[in-house]
Amino acid sequence: MLSEENLKKIEELKKSYPTTQALVLPVLWMIQEEHGYISEESMKYAAQLLGVPFAHVLGVVTFYTMFHSKPLGKHHIEVCTNVSCMLRGSEKIVELLEKRLGIGLGETSKDKKWTLSEVECMGSCGTAPMLSVGEEYHENLTPEKLEQILSDLELK
Amino acid sequence: MEKFILPDIPGLHTIDVYESQGGYKAFRKALGMKPEEVTDEVKKAGLRGRGGACFPTGLKWTFMPKQTTKPKYICVNGDESEPGTFKDRQIFEFNPHLLIEGTLIGAYAMGVTTSFIYVRGEYGRWIRLLEKAIGDAYARGYIGTSILGSTFSTNIVVHKGAGAYICGEESSLMNSIEGMRGYPRVKPPFPAQFGLWGCPTTINNVETMCNVPLIINNGWEWYSKIGVPKHPGPILVGISGHVNKPGVYELPTGVPLLEIIYKHAGGVPGDKKIKAVIPGGSSTMIMRGDQLEGACMDAESLKAAGSSVGTAGLIVMDEDTDLIKVIARISMFYYHESCGQCTPCREGTGWLWKILKRFEKGEGRVGDIDLLMDIANNIEGNTICALGDAAAWPVQSMIRRFRDEFEKRVKTSPPRVEQEAAA
Repeated sequence: MLSEENLKKIEELKKSYPTTQALVLPVLWMIQEEHGYISEESMKYAAQLLGVPFAHVLGVVTFYTMFHSKPLGKHHIEVCTNVSCMLRGSEKIVELLEKRLGIGLGETSKDKKWTLSEVECMGSCGTAPMLSVGEEYHENLTPEKLEQILSDLELK
Repeated sequence: MEKFILPDIPGLHTIDVYESQGGYKAFRKALGMKPEEVTDEVKKAGLRGRGGACFPTGLKWTFMPKQTTKPKYICVNGDESEPGTFKDRQIFEFNPHLLIEGTLIGAYAMGVTTSFIYVRGEYGRWIRLLEKAIGDAYARGYIGTSILGSTFSTNIVVHKGAGAYICGEESSLMNSIEGMRGYPRVKPPFPAQFGLWGCPTTINNVETMCNVPLIINNGWEWYSKIGVPKHPGPILVGISGHVNKPGVYELPTGVPLLEIIYKHAGGVPGDKKIKAVIPGGSSTMIMRGDQLEGACMDAESLKAAGSSVGTAGLIVMDEDTDLIKVIARISMFYYHESCGQCTPCREGTGWLWKILKRFEKGEGRVGDIDLLMDIANNIEGNTICALGDAAAWPVQSMIRRFRDEFEKRVKTSPPRVEQEAAA
């Protein structure tokens, strides 16, 4: 389920925390990074690996917005619509995204290429409006810039 | 003003440049002092927390028990998720060693064995930058065992969050580090008595920690003269919304809001008038544009103006802004981020949002304004943590200061005369 490298990392991390339960978030991050999402099977794996109940892991996965228990599209676009972005035109960005990708907020395209999510403040208020794709932030968006980002992603 | 937290020095994020600029000098100096002398210096400097509550940092440090057999911990709060706030991100990117040095000094002063820097999950890129800096500091012997030939040993660990605003609340943050859902804890017991894994713990904001090396290097008297006496020091003001030059500006506390907006952030696009500002992140009370004269970015001044300094995330809204839309969006945020533990917050935030959506569509009902106020008043003060208050304050202040905006959106029946004429 996890690579040798990550298993080694987990052993290292155990030294930093007095309980294995504290590794629930780090381990879930590793699973999601390797597999793209956290399946029920992998939650059971994490529970066994750390010696905590499966229900606990399930509770954690469902609590945190960034953990996904279902597969997402190849490119996960997260667009901020909170106040600072809204004041600088995020509505227009959302409209363009929906039109261009043919999906609404919270949806995944049929070809599994795109997932579009509306997110809360990402700490990009001074460079609003913004969206992120994975860990990458795209800021000071304009319609032209947005088109460029999407065409670049299409080629990937 | 000279900049101390985010100075314009190319390459400052690297340990070589940081050291060449006098970096880690404060930590060396602290190691030569008694731990309680370090705490005393921070206390006398008057440093107050930069995460929103403005609590005196030195005083907080004194709450940590001296005689204990348990390990002691620091949590550095880098969960930065308050809408309108984007300052800590600058520190991770441009001056991570200042944060590390401040944390080390705090660890020495309180006898801490491990410090956890909790960073929001969305900041993946910045977490890697911070981890690189921590790795370099370990390699140079600033972190680890028998640091710089002393008997002091301590560790720093970065803990990645996973997208929950509530984890910026200190007790929720601790539960998250312990590998649980981020539910806030009932206080007391306070973290200094019963924190991480039941051990003494102190939680400080990222920016707060960055002020500590300045105090140790230059002395409390020097520090206390920056900005206003009751809330001294440099402060990172993040300005966003309708301004020409949004961004993070390092300024002395007590800087007038109008000076931030017009002098530093280049004024409002199209020279429009300011309708409203939110001075310190979405949880702070909204102010009218005509209330800004004399209001300054410090705890006392903004309290007098009927708001608070919060995270100093200033959001500016011009005369054309639809404030109902703004408050509906803010309420949606708190509804989404409420952890669900306390009924008034879990149910109330969603209720507020639904009513505000009605107003947004121009379908507000007679009595809705009072209903909003009633719900907000019943959330405030009735929850375990401050998220409930943070959801109530923007609604209360918006109604108090912009009641006319709500009244305009109450759905009115067509006038009787026209109805009769139509019939």
